[in-house]
Amino acid sequence: MGTDVNQEVEVKSRWQEIDLRAVAPFVALALLLLLGALVNPNFIGLNNLANVATRSAFIALIAVGATFVISSGDLDLSVGSMVAFVASVMILFMNTNVIADPGMMIAAAMALALVMGALCGLANGLITTLGKIEPFIATLGTMGIYRGLTTWLSQGGAITLQSAEQQELYRPAYFGEVAGLPVPILVVLGVTSVAAFVLYRMRYGRHVVAVGSNPSVARYSGIKVDRVRTTAFVIQGVCVAIAVVLYVPRLGSTSATTGILWELQAITAVVIGGTALKGGSSRVWGTICGAFILELVGNIMLLSNFISEYLIGAIQGAIIIIAMLVQRSLVRRS
Amino acid sequence: MVSTPVSDGALPPSDTVLSAQRIAKSFNGVQVLFSVDFELRRGEIHALMGENGAGKSTLVKILSGFEQPSSGSILLDGKPVRLPPNGAAEALGIVVIHQEFNLAEHLTVTESLFLGREVTRHGLLDRKHMRAETRRVLDLLGCKISETAVIGALSVADKQMVEIAKAISRNARIVFMDEPTAVLSQSESAALFAQVRMLRDRGTSFVFVSHKLDEVIALSDRVTVLRDGQWIKTAPTSSLDGESIAQLMVGRELSSLYPQKTEPNVDEARVLTVTGLTTAHVRDAHFDLRRGEILGFSGMIGSGRTELMEAIAGLGPRSGEVRIGQALMPPGDVQATTAAGLAYMTKDRKHKGLLLGADMTANLTLQSLDQHGAWGYLSPKSMARALERARRRFDIRVRDARVQAGRMSGGNQQKLLLAKVMEVAPHVLIIDEPTRGIDVGTKQQIYHFIAALAREGCSIIVVSSEMPEIIGLCTRVVVMRAGRIVGVLEGDEISEQEIMRYSAGLKQKAVA
Repeated sequence: MGTDVNQEVEVKSRWQEIDLRAVAPFVALALLLLLGALVNPNFIGLNNLANVATRSAFIALIAVGATFVISSGDLDLSVGSMVAFVASVMILFMNTNVIADPGMMIAAAMALALVMGALCGLANGLITTLGKIEPFIATLGTMGIYRGLTTWLSQGGAITLQSAEQQELYRPAYFGEVAGLPVPILVVLGVTSVAAFVLYRMRYGRHVVAVGSNPSVARYSGIKVDRVRTTAFVIQGVCVAIAVVLYVPRLGSTSATTGILWELQAITAVVIGGTALKGGSSRVWGTICGAFILELVGNIMLLSNFISEYLIGAIQGAIIIIAMLVQRSLVRRS
Repeated sequence: MVSTPVSDGALPPSDTVLSAQRIAKSFNGVQVLFSVDFELRRGEIHALMGENGAGKSTLVKILSGFEQPSSGSILLDGKPVRLPPNGAAEALGIVVIHQEFNLAEHLTVTESLFLGREVTRHGLLDRKHMRAETRRVLDLLGCKISETAVIGALSVADKQMVEIAKAISRNARIVFMDEPTAVLSQSESAALFAQVRMLRDRGTSFVFVSHKLDEVIALSDRVTVLRDGQWIKTAPTSSLDGESIAQLMVGRELSSLYPQKTEPNVDEARVLTVTGLTTAHVRDAHFDLRRGEILGFSGMIGSGRTELMEAIAGLGPRSGEVRIGQALMPPGDVQATTAAGLAYMTKDRKHKGLLLGADMTANLTLQSLDQHGAWGYLSPKSMARALERARRRFDIRVRDARVQAGRMSGGNQQKLLLAKVMEVAPHVLIIDEPTRGIDVGTKQQIYHFIAALAREGCSIIVVSSEMPEIIGLCTRVVVMRAGRIVGVLEGDEISEQEIMRYSAGLKQKAVA
């Protein structure tokens, strides 16, 4: 075939471009680290970086779930409210002390949180697929529902873990270290590894990307499109629950304002990481990098004196726009 | 026009409104029109005929400015013109009424007529004037719909009328109609034709593209036939009949493009039995398929072939019975039909067949991921082996195995799609348009692959709008028209003329 030679040339340039897109978030991260080191020598210290990574754990975990939902072509706006709701139920359950042994009590509460998260995700998935409602609208609705339920449970105030014994026992889940690494970082690495395995090495991952890239092709290939989408929402719910399990021991308390705007941070992390918002590609390690970048920017602003830390929101907003522009320009090169 | 005492060759310039001389057009190096001449007179209805892919639509697009010719010239009122693109030729009085309407469903009839050229007074819309003008045009057409009706609430026929009213209100002198009756009932078509004749008598010229021979004969003054991008003949309709037009449209010889046909034995088992299958468009379809048979499905675009096949494959809702072997298939269940050994290959490889942004491996294995590991795990080695096999078996020629499907040539894409469908190892294979948009060499490879598959005992249904393909490959041909099976041809009966007679509605026979 006469066109083969041309194809060869195109292939090479495309591979350069793909590599760029995958590498872009990590390059950005390296640049930020460099900038931080210049701003304040304390920044580059292992202690500071470990702190930043630990604080980014909640958004990172939620964003891993969001990577599934976004890759399959959907969107979940309810995750911030879901954090507050699941955390409230979990603390209220622990406060009932139905199980005498505090260790067993905590384990049961963790299990409850995971089930709650899965159910909340299932609700989002079924409303979107069975109800045939745009995911934006469906999860905007459940966002209000989960937030409202939290406000009602807390009667507008805070829900606090009462047993000091439970608190003491549960603390290491957030503040502890294993082999010198904070537990939240280990959890993030573990969850992301599993997610990467599922996305890149399992049938379900292929289905997610196929559905997000072109639902018609997926349907004609015998894939149960609605089931794939719903499962992605359930995975998102479980990821939220894992974040909650780490969040509760941190403060031992939740309120009606817990997790506000986390959905936007999670989506930002996913997009910065190189996953396309319109679905059809998934870069879960990029997502983690994105979550870390978001937290890092805040940290640099705190440690430096040239920008007020009250502008963190504005900077994060600017970052998402820049990330999209960079993605766009990398796509256009093809 | 009838009174003009001149022969075809020497018309006074005033009589020809639009003419095309030696028009050629190629897309991406594929030539679709070869030096075509066309001439449209004032106040005539000129039918443009040809098989699918003969170049009718391209010629219409060139004559209406939507495409520029690669070479050749266009004369409007005897003067060479370069028609402005994207419908701007409307200003010159050239209007196209598309097969799919260009009407916004939420607007009213009046708003649609004046879209983009709203009449204003003191900067405000002059609704009263626009309504009155709309009424005037609708009355002119003898059309009873209200000028304030919302487009979305109108019947298809009324929408067609609104399109025509729009053309008139823009002082169209030349109107192109692409398959205007495809979606109309007989009485609606008759009403439309009455309006078209009335406008013709007032001096408007029509170019009428249709597959329906009877309509063309009833309505048109002259006919131009294209075949394979070439001009074949222009003649007064009165000098032709349906048979001779069909002859002109096809009349080409089959070459060695096609493999030897092998008739299946009469006593071969029935592998697929369809009984009384009905969908939104398909009515009461009955047919069966024997082991090792290649069964053709012919018919015009929109005759319901694809819908029938998708319903059989479990991709759409249906009533009626589908049996694979003896097993009754539940409707709308792709997984069940796939498990029973039936696979459907879509004709829309870019939107329904392949993930254009994904590589060959992802596409090849998408339908058959179960084969590549247990418990949902995918073995990269197993998938790489599958790709290696498929590339050899289907001769997919790309140097880099990781190339995106969307960047492969049409022929390679088609081979990849076929390979993907074959990965589920079906024993009943439905191929919808096996060779759409691919080069002759690849076509031949695909034909030989289909024949070889049938010899191995696989049963194949070939749905195609290219008649030579159907005739060259199939031992039995089902013809569909307007959602119904109107004929089954076997052996020597299978000829282009005979298929054309059935699919154009000139002939029909009861099917057992």
